Amino acid sequence: MSAHAENINYFKASKGFMSWLVTVDHKRIGLMYLASILLFFITGGVYAGLFRLELWGPLPGFISPDTYNHLFTMHGVIMVFLVVVPGIPGALGNFLLPLQLGAKDLAFPKLNITSLYLYWIGAVIALFSLTQGRADSGWTFYAPYSLSQNPAVLWMLVAAFILGFSSILTGLNFIVTIHKMRAPGMTWFRMPLFVWALYATGIMQVFATPVLGITLLLLLMENFFRIGIFDPALGGDPLLMQHFFWFYSHPAVYIIVVPAFGVVSELIATFSRKDIFGYKFIAFSSVAITIIGFLVWGHHMFVSGQSEVADTIFSFLTFFTAVPSAIKVFNWTTTLYQGSIKLTTPMLYALQFLFNFTIGGLTGIVLGILSVDIHLHDTYFVVSHFHYVAMGSTMIAFIGGIYYWWPKMTGRMFNETWGRLAAVLVFLGFNLTFFAQLIMGSQGSPRRYYNYLTEFQIYHQISTAGIVVLALGLFMALFNLLISLKNGAIAPQNPWGARTLEWTHAETPPVLYNFTETPVVTQGPYEYPTEKV
Amino acid sequence: MAEVTVPKEHEVAHHFDDLEQEFESHRLGMWLFIASEIMMFGALLVGGLLLLYKFPAAFAEGRAHLDWRLGTLNTFFLLTSGLTMALAAWHAQRSEQDKVRRNLLLSLAFATGFLIVKYFEYSAKFHHGLLPGNAFSGHGFTDPNAHVFFGFYFVATGLHVLHVLIGMGLMVWCLFVSRKVKFTRAYYTPVEQSGLYWALIDLVWIFLFPLLYLVA
Repeated sequence: MSAHAENINYFKASKGFMSWLVTVDHKRIGLMYLASILLFFITGGVYAGLFRLELWGPLPGFISPDTYNHLFTMHGVIMVFLVVVPGIPGALGNFLLPLQLGAKDLAFPKLNITSLYLYWIGAVIALFSLTQGRADSGWTFYAPYSLSQNPAVLWMLVAAFILGFSSILTGLNFIVTIHKMRAPGMTWFRMPLFVWALYATGIMQVFATPVLGITLLLLLMENFFRIGIFDPALGGDPLLMQHFFWFYSHPAVYIIVVPAFGVVSELIATFSRKDIFGYKFIAFSSVAITIIGFLVWGHHMFVSGQSEVADTIFSFLTFFTAVPSAIKVFNWTTTLYQGSIKLTTPMLYALQFLFNFTIGGLTGIVLGILSVDIHLHDTYFVVSHFHYVAMGSTMIAFIGGIYYWWPKMTGRMFNETWGRLAAVLVFLGFNLTFFAQLIMGSQGSPRRYYNYLTEFQIYHQISTAGIVVLALGLFMALFNLLISLKNGAIAPQNPWGARTLEWTHAETPPVLYNFTETPVVTQGPYEYPTEKV
Repeated sequence: MAEVTVPKEHEVAHHFDDLEQEFESHRLGMWLFIASEIMMFGALLVGGLLLLYKFPAAFAEGRAHLDWRLGTLNTFFLLTSGLTMALAAWHAQRSEQDKVRRNLLLSLAFATGFLIVKYFEYSAKFHHGLLPGNAFSGHGFTDPNAHVFFGFYFVATGLHVLHVLIGMGLMVWCLFVSRKVKFTRAYYTPVEQSGLYWALIDLVWIFLFPLLYLVA
């Protein structure tokens, strides 16, 4: 690398395929995560499309029951472990965290590329499992079914174990970076809210993921050596496996959605051209969700045979998580009030997020009610609830974030008209798909069933039609971005007039070490020049 | 090469402002990693306690086949190696490369002692068929779930031994670094980090030892 290489943009700083594979630049790593995650998002989507087509009618169609089990398992595993968990932190977080803090890179650049390689290794093993049979345990790997020595399930356990390490290392890297790498003047309360969200997420990644790790390891040991910890036939306790699993997987829901809170905070502040309302409340509510999120796992097990005392405590704590979540929604809405709102493509996604997340959050409260959950447990209501969160909130915010930072990442502007049209289609398609499931779930239609009563057919058909609209919108959004790489106008440094460092101090695209001079921060992330009303 | 290389001063990585920032980042990173490991072993111990609660008789019978004297010897090895690792870090801060190396070698020796004892313990178990699940063929057991104790024993101590091996790898790495780089008060990161990691290994053992060898 020549001496002045650090002052040219990160695409041109070094060339060739290998220069990407051995890079330690957080921006390139972020882009490689983005490409990988989008690829798996499409893959997981194809699986969903296939079984939704099968569900068009109640009777056996073009897919056998065994294949159906396999398809929803693959959809779940891919979407959870390869898309939504690593999604926003891996792609946007990697790219933006040092830029938003005014740092040259993450604290551990080599560890960062290691996380990406672990992600790839996990992904390859997950795909390799396809050659070893059909994984059909569902993404939850409940014992004792996951102990039936199905080789495909075993490989899937190995894949999820490795992906967990990738997640831990990313979270660790982010926490250290936020503590130690802030630019001069970047106090904790001058950090963009996206950074606060990544901090909260990092804590959950570091503290919850290892419990998943040991769970998966014990499942493997149980399969191979019959150690007798989870298998009731050997004296083990399958409920222990559920406790361990949800001790990770409930915080995982917040690993999935808290980064989305961060993205949405940025979008809403920028496109309302206003200081965000209740900055500290939004920042601390992420931390509050993190803490309470560790203590609610039992609400997945209300019908598993838990004590009534445990049920009651978990139910109460579940209600309690609604408080910080609601604080966020109210603050975002209040930020909009008297803002100078621009309905750009990213903002359309932020507004969809508000709508979808309100439904996703409130249905969670419904499921937290003990008596109601007994009826709704394992129905489409639950499926719809978590898709409103994981897809309707996280992926929507993710796409909004990709659009928002696309000019910074690539140096190109996208077409607004197509972008907005795609955003509207995504909104309609998503809500068609999952609102129908909410209704049929509330009427008792169980999830993961291959067959169903004819009275539910209309909802299944609406849902399947919805996924077609959704796919159309998503592909339109994707192609709009890809076309902009070739035809898009050259992006200026700060096309949105945002106030955070990546827009105000970094070039578009940023130079190799992000800033030609280390920025000195003198104000908050959303301080807009006051205008006369 | 027989040539003696003189240790050089450590250079700060490109993305850090100074040595202090670099050192503190690395230390915080290691503490977080240790926290993560504690959560993992913590869950494993919860599993062990649950099994103890469910099968007290099986645990009592299983424990009778472990030798608490060997466990105590291993506890001594680990705790002493913890001391020598701390001494290595202490000398590293004072740039006493030779004393750093001596303490690293002592730690390695104690760790090897631990592994040797473990080897004899494991081979005795294998010899008597005291193995997990279907492989269990121990004689003289009255509790039908006795195999559960050995399932947990091998998983927990196996995972711990894996960490011991990694920790020993880190010690060897420190020995290499000590030939190339001069440790100073501002830069003794490799020894400090490896020492912290080794403390985790001690800590886990402090919980495994009573759970497996002492509690009946």
